[in-house]
Amino acid sequence: MILETAAERRELMDRSRTVAMVGASPNPTRPSYFVFSYLRTRGKFEVTPINPATAEIDGVKSYPSLAAYAAENGPPDIVDVFRKADDAPQVAREAIAAGAKAIWFQYGVINDEAIRLADEAGLAVVVDRCIKVESARFDGGLSLSGMNTGVLTARRRVR
Amino acid sequence: MSDRAFGFRTRALHAGTPPDPETGARALPLHLSTAFVFDSTEHAAELFALRTYGNIYTRIGNPTVAAFEEKLASLEGGIGGLATASGLSAQLIAILTVAEAGDHLVASANLYGGTITQFSVTLRRMGIETTFVPGGDVEAIRAAIRPNTRAVFTETIGNPNGGVADIAAIAEVAHAAGVPLIVDNTFATPYLCRPIEHGADVVIHSATKFIGGHGTVLGGAIVESGRFPWGAGRHPLLSTPSPGYHGMNFAETFGEYAFLMRARAELLRDVGAAISPMNAWLLVQGLETLALRMPAHVANAQKVAEFLRSRDEVAWVSYAGLPDSEERERAARYLPLGAGAVFTFGLRGGRDAGRAFIEALQLWSHLANVGDAKSLVIHPASTTHQQLSDEELVAAGIGADTVRLSVGLEDADDLLWDLERGLAAAAKVAAVRA
Repeated sequence: MILETAAERRELMDRSRTVAMVGASPNPTRPSYFVFSYLRTRGKFEVTPINPATAEIDGVKSYPSLAAYAAENGPPDIVDVFRKADDAPQVAREAIAAGAKAIWFQYGVINDEAIRLADEAGLAVVVDRCIKVESARFDGGLSLSGMNTGVLTARRRVR
Repeated sequence: MSDRAFGFRTRALHAGTPPDPETGARALPLHLSTAFVFDSTEHAAELFALRTYGNIYTRIGNPTVAAFEEKLASLEGGIGGLATASGLSAQLIAILTVAEAGDHLVASANLYGGTITQFSVTLRRMGIETTFVPGGDVEAIRAAIRPNTRAVFTETIGNPNGGVADIAAIAEVAHAAGVPLIVDNTFATPYLCRPIEHGADVVIHSATKFIGGHGTVLGGAIVESGRFPWGAGRHPLLSTPSPGYHGMNFAETFGEYAFLMRARAELLRDVGAAISPMNAWLLVQGLETLALRMPAHVANAQKVAEFLRSRDEVAWVSYAGLPDSEERERAARYLPLGAGAVFTFGLRGGRDAGRAFIEALQLWSHLANVGDAKSLVIHPASTTHQQLSDEELVAAGIGADTVRLSVGLEDADDLLWDLERGLAAAAKVAAVRA
């Protein structure tokens, strides 16, 4: 199922605990490091790098593949994809094989075949969105940057 | 949470201003604090690196200011906003986010005089050149775009001559060349026109005008659509590593938020034109009632325009809401709820009649501003547009006889009564001259 609305993405994040981040980089200027660092320090998700080129990021063990991750930790709730769009179908196959419940393609990772594979395998699919931004949309962070979250409520946010 | 698409009035009251999570305060808290404490050294480092969201220093962001930004972005249908000290600083920051020395802009010639001067003098001195296109001619805009053009600029309703921009057609021409369209929507406000719905990419406001609505505070704002492909290569300031932010590639890092993030993290930071939280707080109060005030402004403007149109002392009235206006068709498309409340007219008898007219008025305030709740009047050739050469005046559609009105919220009959007195004084001068 492709999640088109902010409400659907929120539900996915609310019911998820583990995020396996394919292509997470230890380089602090890379977007993937931004997202890794944000999710980790917020403590909302248990986030794990999937990157054969690095042993760990900020003390968190990195796995060489989704299969290696799943063998030790079980299926991840969300596979978050920071890879070239051309590599996305392969990542989708590996996510399906690892038993992932959802696959999240970050900004610019747009590949029709990958989307179709994941969708047909029953995964929840998010395309061309950032999990950091979507997380911040509902925790007040995005509002502090003057961004239009679309959140309208007369209820006090639980801190 | 639901995905209901809330109406304009609901968003004006609720977007960006939920109850305060700390205190439960229902009204927007006014955070008059220059700086904000960090939770830890790690938190501070994450904030400065833009890896997490939060408050650092009010020159870069402030929770009260952010509420104004989000509310306005919601009303304009944009992805987010950025507030500044004034409309002119909003414009400067928007342009410096996409252009640098050696770059080029294309702009309508029918603009606020201060904008023309900012482009033709200050930006030119900084190495950014502007080609002005008379009358917002779409084909002339297409022809003026060069390989180094970084943006096309227009006003929804031109100041002061009231021309209505063909936003959709200009956006199409700009996009065909890979260039964004920046629209100054000050005179229309998002209540009368939402340029992003017609294809604009960036919207600029002098919030000092109808958004504040009471002639009390200065403020400016930028709203961005989130749709323009900033990473496509036409805007290297956004798509290559920035020396202003330790090599960050904004388009790659922030995706659809790249423009607004660079505008804040580099330009607002370095230009320093931050809005006071006090002003942002007052502008939020203004936005809450925008949808109530604008129809009243428009209704009075329509009455005043029709009155002037019927008078022999008046040579012409340039209000897009009049049935015989050349702008009528575009006004019907882009301004279906009314053509705003600022327009010009010409008095028979020229400059001297204009002076006598203004000096005979009792209720209309003679000053250089628009968008106050009170009615305002000015003679542009001797004030707001006096920096312009004769050629620039003609190009901007302003004559020596032009008088600009900003129609306020008084009783319409009282406004007409006062104008009647002004016209009588002008007629005396015109008779002596004849």
